[in-house]
Amino acid sequence: MSHFARRMRYVVKRLLQAIPIVIAIVVLNFFLLQLAEGDAVDVLAGEAGSATPEYMAELRAKFGLDQPLPVQLAIYLKNVVVFDLGYSFRHEMPVSELILDRVVPTLLLMVSTIMLAVGFGIVLGLIAAISLNTWRDTAISIFALITYATPLFWVGLMLIVVFSLNLGWFPTSGMENFAMFYEGWDRVWDIAHHLVLPTITLSLFYLALYTRLMRASMLEQAGQDYVTTARAKGVTENRIMFVHVLRNALLPVVTMAGVQVGALIGGSVIVESVFAWPGLGMLAFEALFARDLNLLLGIFLLSALLVVAVNLVVDLIYSSLDPRIEVS
Amino acid sequence: MTFWKLFIRNRGAVVGLGILALITLMAASASLFYPEDPFSLAGQPMSPPGENGFLLGSDSLGRDVAAGIAHGAKTSLLIGLMATIVAVVVGIVMGALAGYYGGAIDNLLMRLTEMFQTIPSFVFAILLVAIMKPSIESIVIAIAVVSWPAVARLVRGEFLSLRNREFVQACHTLGMSDIRIMLGEILPNCLSPIIVIGSLMVATAILIESGLAFLGLGDPNIMSWGFQIGAGRTLLRSAWWVCTFPGIAILLTVLAINLVGEGMNDALNPRLRERT
Amino acid sequence: MTRLLEITDLHIALPPESQRPYAVQKMDVHLEANEILCVVGESGSGKSLTARAVMGLLPKPRVKVSQGLVLFQGEDLVGASDERLRDIRGSEISMIFQEPMTALNPVMTIGTQIDEVFRFHQKMPGRERRRRALALLEDVHLPDPEQCLKAYPHELSGGQRQRAMIAMALALDPKILIADEPTTALDVTTQAQVLKLIKEMQAAHGTGVLFITHDFGVVADIADRVAVMQNGLVVETGTTDQVLRRPTHPYTQGLIAAVPDLIPRPPRPRSSEIVLQVNHLEKTYRSGGGLFGGKARVVHAANDVTLDLARGETLGIVGESGSGKSTVARCIVRLNDAEAGEIVLGDTDLRPLGRAAMRPFRSQIQMVFQDPFASLNPRTRVGKIIAQGPTMYGASPEEAKAKTLELLEIVGLDAGAFERFPHEFSGGQRQRIGIARALALEPQILVADEPVSALDVSIQAQILNLLDEIRDRMNLSMIFITHDLRVAAQVCDRIAVMQRGKVIEVGPTSALFAAPKQDYTQELLAAVPGKDWFAKEEPAIRVQAE
Repeated sequence: MSHFARRMRYVVKRLLQAIPIVIAIVVLNFFLLQLAEGDAVDVLAGEAGSATPEYMAELRAKFGLDQPLPVQLAIYLKNVVVFDLGYSFRHEMPVSELILDRVVPTLLLMVSTIMLAVGFGIVLGLIAAISLNTWRDTAISIFALITYATPLFWVGLMLIVVFSLNLGWFPTSGMENFAMFYEGWDRVWDIAHHLVLPTITLSLFYLALYTRLMRASMLEQAGQDYVTTARAKGVTENRIMFVHVLRNALLPVVTMAGVQVGALIGGSVIVESVFAWPGLGMLAFEALFARDLNLLLGIFLLSALLVVAVNLVVDLIYSSLDPRIEVS
Repeated sequence: MTFWKLFIRNRGAVVGLGILALITLMAASASLFYPEDPFSLAGQPMSPPGENGFLLGSDSLGRDVAAGIAHGAKTSLLIGLMATIVAVVVGIVMGALAGYYGGAIDNLLMRLTEMFQTIPSFVFAILLVAIMKPSIESIVIAIAVVSWPAVARLVRGEFLSLRNREFVQACHTLGMSDIRIMLGEILPNCLSPIIVIGSLMVATAILIESGLAFLGLGDPNIMSWGFQIGAGRTLLRSAWWVCTFPGIAILLTVLAINLVGEGMNDALNPRLRERT
Repeated sequence: MTRLLEITDLHIALPPESQRPYAVQKMDVHLEANEILCVVGESGSGKSLTARAVMGLLPKPRVKVSQGLVLFQGEDLVGASDERLRDIRGSEISMIFQEPMTALNPVMTIGTQIDEVFRFHQKMPGRERRRRALALLEDVHLPDPEQCLKAYPHELSGGQRQRAMIAMALALDPKILIADEPTTALDVTTQAQVLKLIKEMQAAHGTGVLFITHDFGVVADIADRVAVMQNGLVVETGTTDQVLRRPTHPYTQGLIAAVPDLIPRPPRPRSSEIVLQVNHLEKTYRSGGGLFGGKARVVHAANDVTLDLARGETLGIVGESGSGKSTVARCIVRLNDAEAGEIVLGDTDLRPLGRAAMRPFRSQIQMVFQDPFASLNPRTRVGKIIAQGPTMYGASPEEAKAKTLELLEIVGLDAGAFERFPHEFSGGQRQRIGIARALALEPQILVADEPVSALDVSIQAQILNLLDEIRDRMNLSMIFITHDLRVAAQVCDRIAVMQRGKVIEVGPTSALFAAPKQDYTQELLAAVPGKDWFAKEEPAIRVQAE
């Protein structure tokens, strides 16, 4: 079998493995939210001030909330398949529409964050490893150590204080300046301008993580036998570092990048709320306090799908880096 | 002892331990220096640091930032430690069973941890706290719930490799019981990585706790650093100090714990240290 | 005329916290073109570091040459610049290593890794490099060279990987080939083939080979001259004939005496009492597969295995890696569960017994393990390790302690060992502790799984003697698993040869050695390194190793 066919089989296998996990997540979240005291009707009734029990019962019947749990779950699962995620009582909109509205900003933030964190993390880790025990290594290690310990929301606030309030370089919040009615490239530029601080904020922690991992991974690989073999062949140190060691050292970093996607979405809740970035994270937070069950379920499902999708991309990259995939 | 000698050879770890000792001291003596409730009005609102008798300034309600930091230290350390202990205990039990017995238990656990890796863990923690209503217990439970899979995976891996080690097999040929093999033979041999991951988890737990409190999901009766920053958010323009100092407190604490954790790692795994 | 390689007064300094200041001291050795010099020594003798020093591959800055010269055709390599060394490495002097799996980059194809040698030493068009790489793979007798170029290391077998390494090392026709234990990780038949290949390539190109090994059998097969190292000192040099037949240094004499010869032990009368009967044992392993994975690989590790063990005899189970010999041993001690067949001890079939039902029989069959470092819990004191068994079966602490002290004496350790931890002991001593633990339950049957293969040859002899002694003293029956026919010849009364899960031949050792019935057995016997030398050796010059 060719390497390519094997890679494809591996990716298909991973895809199939993801399906039960996604289903399990939907079921888990559904039950968790059932555990919460009060449902959407309580919230609606609370907002309306006074509501008669009869009216509330009527509402519950209308939304299917009076059905037994398994029935509610079965209905929900069936609807999920056709991407009917139900209706948000708070926003008076179908959940799928609400979510799709917000998914692009979050994707934008995540993709730019992953690229920044992984890209710079690899470069910094590489520099630290090849200039081991010099000032460069020390500086990078200290930087990584400190950013690794900094809470995201605090970094965001401090960046706002320095770069928005004092220097005025970047906007404090939002994704674009609607008042200006930008179009075309102007709009792209405007969004990119808004994206800078949230991306830096969200990526700092992961940047530190990948830097440290990359450095450790490089150092570990540099001690392997095949490096001695390469030296014994008379291969230059540059090639040893940048071809032999680098490719092996990237493997754990790529794996980790996949593992961290879930955590990244968690981080985006904080970052989105700090910068008022109109993404899924903020929507989830709003939904939580409004007890908007359907909306929350939808967001969780989508973020799980997002993680699965990004993991698949990571698997693809991994399979092109490591020929041994089918062994493990 | 050799562990101690190896540990103090690492300068960062010693500095970390020093900072950690100071923070612990601060937490322990908070009620001594600031006997008042940190939520209470202590003087002129919006005082900059050093003015009106406020070491680190006051917020818009006249609450003393320094008092909040001192009392918040208690919260952070307490929640960090408790959540970690719960997570480590659960993780050890699950990981040990999965790694030792393999088969269906192992399969189930691996699927479960995979699921936890797919769920955005911080969002999950938010959800749990919100469902259970914010309180110290619910925060501890939420953090433990999202943290234990990492321990379980580690312990599983260790048990998996150790259970095939010849000294364990020798115990089987003696007819030793499973529980005795797990507790008496295998567990002592994987304590070092558990201690290391546990110490680093305290740091992560403190970060999660501060994040929750920042979003308003902290225990409303207890002062915490995340809450201070969250409350000071709206004052960024006029009172930078309200957000800045608690953030530095979090940073220092987490940094110190990470340093100590790494120092322990180096001291407990001398082989790794030699490589660098 | 300048010599090809001349090492004079070489000192390799170790870091300050090491056990001794120098890894290698006052070393004087030379190598001519078209000869094979074997540097032989036990672990820690400094032989591998010598090889690395020649290549300028010492783990700098912790270990370095502190004194002496390494002259390659008159040019000093110790003081040579990095650029010059890089030029020489791979083109003039090249090297092959012990473990071909880790010595090859796992994420690069064999083709790319061979190609690097050409690219970094000569200007050559890509097509020409490819043609030469193919020719090389053909030279080392790799099947389907085209496919090999595209293969990754994990897709080749151990022997094939080592052939690829040799191809890479010989790509530019170097003047010197340094081989650091190149066959230690290989099975014996593969080892024979690789040794033959090295010899063939060396003769064809007139290469000077510096061959590092611990195995005198390999030395006998391949060397023209020999240098024997002990604790960093060269204690003896000479032609192979001189060193092997008339060793002058006591250390060499001891080492050579300790090499087990292929002469089977004199037959002893076999008791008619059968203590253990294994009938039609079956065990399969499945890997891969699962819910979504493709086809599962099924390995038949024990396929209709039938054996019997008489009181007081030692039955050897011999085979190469993957033959299923360890699986059979593990099934017998019930570490693995066989799927079918019988394991009859006395008149009980142990195979179907559950854990609780098995417990009373545990003490009857005990096991000695291969790896003396992995077989003792590093966090438990030796006394407790040995006493654990008796305590579990109801002995009082005093009884258990008395028993332990007695056992320590039997296995030749002093009573002080009781309070110490395993890491304070050497490999041979640890193996003694492992034996004491197995004896603590006073078993009838001892199953020893490669008990000496992790040990240096002089220690091997001591442990084998100890096992022999114990067997007679305690009237034990023993099942002895080994890959090494020389060891088997020394201790086994009868031998069962296993291949791919099947017992293909069983018989008394002397009969089996004299007239092997199966081709595979003949192949195994033919592959034993140094068999011609050591078979002819006079017992008269045997000197006690201890």
